[in-house]
Amino acid sequence: MAATASNNNDPARNVDWSAIHADPKFQELHRKKKTLIVTLMIVSMIYYFLLPIGGGYFPGIFTVQVWGPVNVGILFALSQFVVAWIIAAVYAARGNGEFDRLAAEVRKNAERHGVMKPAAGESKRGAA
Amino acid sequence: MKSKIMQGGLLVAISLSPCTALAQGAVSSEWRWLTIVVFGAIIALTLLVTFIAAKRVSSASDYYAAGSGISGLQNGWAIAGDYLSAASFLGIAGLIALYGFDGFLYSVGFLVAFVTVLLVIAEPCRNIGKYTLSDILAFRNNPRTARVMGSLSIITVSIFYLTAQMVGGGLLVELIVGIDYTVSVIAVGVLMLVYVLFGGMLATTWVQIIKAVLLVIAAILLTILAWAPYGFSLPGLLDAVISDQKVLAQVVKLLGGAGNMNEAELGQLFLEPGLFLTRPLDLISLGLGLVLGTASLPHILMRFFTVPDAKQARKSVVWAMAIIGGFYVITLILGMSAAINVGALDIATFDEGGNMAAPLLAQHLGGGPDALLGNLLLAFVAAVAFATIVAVVAGLVLACSAAIAHDLYVNVFRGGHAEPAEQVRAARVATLIVGAIAITIGILAEGQNVAHLVGLAFAVAASANLPCLLLTLYWRRCNTGGIVAGILVGTLSAVALVMVSPNMTYPLIETADAQAVVDAGPATIKEIRADMAAAKSPGERKSLESQIAAVKDQVAAATADVKTYEGQTESMLGLRAPLFPLENPGIVSIPLGFLAVFLGSLLWRDRRAEEMWEETYVRQQTGILSSAGAAH
Repeated sequence: MAATASNNNDPARNVDWSAIHADPKFQELHRKKKTLIVTLMIVSMIYYFLLPIGGGYFPGIFTVQVWGPVNVGILFALSQFVVAWIIAAVYAARGNGEFDRLAAEVRKNAERHGVMKPAAGESKRGAA
Repeated sequence: MKSKIMQGGLLVAISLSPCTALAQGAVSSEWRWLTIVVFGAIIALTLLVTFIAAKRVSSASDYYAAGSGISGLQNGWAIAGDYLSAASFLGIAGLIALYGFDGFLYSVGFLVAFVTVLLVIAEPCRNIGKYTLSDILAFRNNPRTARVMGSLSIITVSIFYLTAQMVGGGLLVELIVGIDYTVSVIAVGVLMLVYVLFGGMLATTWVQIIKAVLLVIAAILLTILAWAPYGFSLPGLLDAVISDQKVLAQVVKLLGGAGNMNEAELGQLFLEPGLFLTRPLDLISLGLGLVLGTASLPHILMRFFTVPDAKQARKSVVWAMAIIGGFYVITLILGMSAAINVGALDIATFDEGGNMAAPLLAQHLGGGPDALLGNLLLAFVAAVAFATIVAVVAGLVLACSAAIAHDLYVNVFRGGHAEPAEQVRAARVATLIVGAIAITIGILAEGQNVAHLVGLAFAVAASANLPCLLLTLYWRRCNTGGIVAGILVGTLSAVALVMVSPNMTYPLIETADAQAVVDAGPATIKEIRADMAAAKSPGERKSLESQIAAVKDQVAAATADVKTYEGQTESMLGLRAPLFPLENPGIVSIPLGFLAVFLGSLLWRDRRAEEMWEETYVRQQTGILSSAGAAH
């Protein structure tokens, strides 16, 4: 079944998507996820673009030496890696825990209330 | 593509220029056997993997998405293998070796780009996509129209990127090993075709994993060897950098004179911004292209269809960020070590773009060109570079052929009615065609400077694909009109801006620059001669002598340039000077792309897109009915 592209939408017609969309658990997932993603995205963008802006328009700050020849610019550039990793870790922690749990509840609710029949055609799974 | 890049490329890229001095490659002929052994071992390993994978490819899902059976950890390594192209592996170490701090700025952008992938792209795309980016665009919009637009953009981006990889790859293999350019291009192309045709995505994935593991091993090994003498201290290494004569000479060369600075001040400049990237706006524009473009590069996006669910997609990105980030952090050590151990001058003698910094550093750390270990390390780095090119090209060809076979042939031309066997056949035929095109372009484009094409690929992805993907996933009002407008405006504006940018060749400017080099030549040589008279050690004298030779080479090349452009006054578009001042179009073309999706959606009525919103949003958030057909 996996190979037949046109069947992609068929089982979807048996699902009441509005009902799932209106599920309070789904709304909770949507709200929490949106808040976290928007916050992290803004933090990440601001922090990253401080690097080219700082290097380009305020080189004086970057050239201050703090640890032998190591200056603010090098430390700031290195800190970019740490910040990116922290953002990834924060998102992954929330995602692996709370968001995955909420999504599973939404799926379970949908099946229990009969708005969704379990997918008929199990895809053939390729091994790896 | 008659253009020649100047003043440092968009996006690092492979700005190789075959050099007069060493057309024979970095490996001397007596050590050629060692290189062949190392290359042979790595190629044999990848072919073995392909052989095993080939038995498991029976459906289109196997061919394009490895049956969605790859784990998050495996996919993280494969993403690293797909993403760390020769440009980023060799190019960034080279840029740091040549330009110090400014080179390191590139490293940062390449990692931060994955924050966008993680937060907004990876999971939704896994949940509602199947094999290609167009699957997501077609989900709630008019399927045929969206697929045609999506595949247009996938093909554009992949061909730009592919051309840069083939030309750069051919030159790299020629430079390092000394095989003829055309033979190198054919070798890369044929090997890649073997992986993809027989083993599909499963073989491609494992080739990418093997390559990433080898690359990380090589990088760690070199870092330990290079950094140990300084007790793994950052200030210790950098102290050696700023007081190194070769570094000082490079800084003076970049500044065009020492001014009235003393040696300590000059050396410190190598660790400060401004030696390479002199226009901040260009750097911001580049950053935008990177941070938003990576998330919608077709070959990267395609990797998320190989995992079973959103959780594994998320894990893939986290692993990829750990591997890619770790790699880019140590490019700082590798680049700085190359600057003191090999020296900018020697690096640039092989290749002005700096791509030889890492291979030459490997050779030096192993004891130099005459030592067994030196040549073994060089052979290892060279083989990793070769595997890198093949692995990246394989990912690109697979993405491009999926757009042709899955989007255009099966879904648009055949209206989705194709038997599984026919789908796999179509995929293989498309792969063969794209592979043949890649090899042909690679051979035809020999000697062309294609560095700006990598930047252009990122810019088109960021300006066309990303606005469409993001808004169709997250904006209720987005519809087919927006997708059409976004892809067209984003692609055309990015390409058009590059065509009138300083990336193109402007004969008047080229002539003036070359003339300046010719005019300055005698004075520079006189200056170095004066230094030579004052030089104490024979080593110092020798290095100054090679500087004189380099200046003479530069003058000769500049004289030739002046002759080449004699009588020409206009670029290929008939311009005397660039219309657009920046090399990177992102800062203008990305907002234009977003604007086009907004306006196109608002001006268009599309009931299906509106009706499908709740389904789209629920499915991309929860993975209900995802094509991987996993547990839920």
